[in-house]
Amino acid sequence: MTSILPLELRGLGYSAGGRRLLSGVTVPLRAGMRTIVLGPNGAGKSLLLRLCHGLIQPTEGGLRWSGGLDEAALRRRQAMVFQRPVLLRRSALGNIRYVLSLRGVARRLRQGMAEEALDRFGLGELARRPARVLSGGERQRLALARAWAVRPEVLFLDEPTSALDPAATLAVEIAVHDFHANGTKIVMTTHDLGQARRLADEVLFLSRGRLVEHGPAAEFFQAPATAQARAFLAGELMC
Amino acid sequence: MFDLAAAFSSAIALIAGLDAELFAIVRLSLGVSLAAVAIAAVIGLPLGAFLALARFPGREVVLVALNALMGLPPVVVGLAVYVLLSRAGPLGSFGLLFTPGAMVVAQAVLVTPIIAALGRQAVADLWEEYGEQLRSLGAPRRRVIGTLLWDGRHSLITVLLAGFGRAAAEVGAVMIVGGNIKGLTRTMTTAISLETSKGDLAMALGLGMILLAVVAAVNGAAFAAGAWARRVSG
Ligand SMILES: Nc1ncnc2c1ncn2[C@@H]1O[C@H](COP(=O)(O)OP(=O)(O)O)[C@@H](O)[C@H]1O
Ligand SMILES: [Mg+2]
Repeated sequence: MTSILPLELRGLGYSAGGRRLLSGVTVPLRAGMRTIVLGPNGAGKSLLLRLCHGLIQPTEGGLRWSGGLDEAALRRRQAMVFQRPVLLRRSALGNIRYVLSLRGVARRLRQGMAEEALDRFGLGELARRPARVLSGGERQRLALARAWAVRPEVLFLDEPTSALDPAATLAVEIAVHDFHANGTKIVMTTHDLGQARRLADEVLFLSRGRLVEHGPAAEFFQAPATAQARAFLAGELMC
Repeated sequence: MFDLAAAFSSAIALIAGLDAELFAIVRLSLGVSLAAVAIAAVIGLPLGAFLALARFPGREVVLVALNALMGLPPVVVGLAVYVLLSRAGPLGSFGLLFTPGAMVVAQAVLVTPIIAALGRQAVADLWEEYGEQLRSLGAPRRRVIGTLLWDGRHSLITVLLAGFGRAAAEVGAVMIVGGNIKGLTRTMTTAISLETSKGDLAMALGLGMILLAVVAAVNGAAFAAGAWARRVSG
């Protein structure tokens, strides 16, 4: 199976309501690295992920996946975990079976694959529970299990832990690690600098809709090149 | 002057005595209105969901028209269905006129726009919440419609109830296409209007009380079921 990576962003931009919310983002997203997108609130991190995932269309520049697949095929290679995941009004197991059926997995295989994904994220006991009555941490783990079940080549995560307590946050970080260890490309936003240090191989630093810095995580955290990044790391309020 | 108290007590006697004619009328009314709502749901819910999601030129016109159709006067619907079903009409060969089938058709026509328009709103609200997630999961349009209808089931029940209320309460359409034939097409509403004009207020009041009770009971049951379902399934 040919890879859809790297994803090449070329002058990527997005405007809405007469405002340029994101512009001139040019960067390759390569396989094997955990890319963490950092930046102050409103910098355009979520927009960048939604553009990459194809949920919104760029108004300038563009992005190109490798492998020459069509849109539907590309979608099947990706998954996204949102800050507040939308779970369907059915059981935890049913939520995973649903996405497996979307991916064309044969009916008789779905049950086993769904159970495996739930077990992996410690949700085996809750398989029959209606998904929408689960706790915040359980819901996020279910969203991760749902992504896991489809074996994505790329996983986007948009502030997946910002509404979670420390234990649930840890579970998400372990999950990110597991995805990575299984060869899934991670592209994740977070406003938790400690988490970014723990997870990042590479950092994209956005500020005011522009990609201000990008490079290996160690360099970024030790010797940020720009004043904006230094201020951000020092925890100064900025916009 | 009639004696209101006497009319009331004989109405209650009719109900308490399980008057056969009365209950045949109630059964027919319920059957016709429930069948009409079922047909309207099968057509109106997918139509509403489609209109909530689709973007095409002229969509606004369709939505305005649909909203206007919610206020269709029952007698006009009755007349239109009468013309269609009458012996010389395009659907005359089915021989439906003055049968319960004709009443079902007329009420379904009356209720479909209501279910489609209110259903569209409910599905559009849900799409706000679900849209990006379903697109992220890669759900194709047909699956999206089915998923939104299923996940919106709690609010769509209320939509169906609104349709049922409209069907059960109308008199104009069933009167015209059913003909208010005793023992065949006489419903609660047509009977009430007939008995009132004949001066048999006991029967009219009895039917009126049952009609109110039935509508209240259906709504209460649906409300309780909805509250229970929301609690257990979120
Ligand atoms: N559809 C939209 N229309 C107008 N403004 C938007 C839209 N989506 C996002 N924005 C604005 O774009 C900016 C960047 O948003 P976002 O990517 O969500 O920031 P963050 O880096 O905090 O994730 C914000 O100022 C936000 O208000
Ligand atoms: Mg964001």
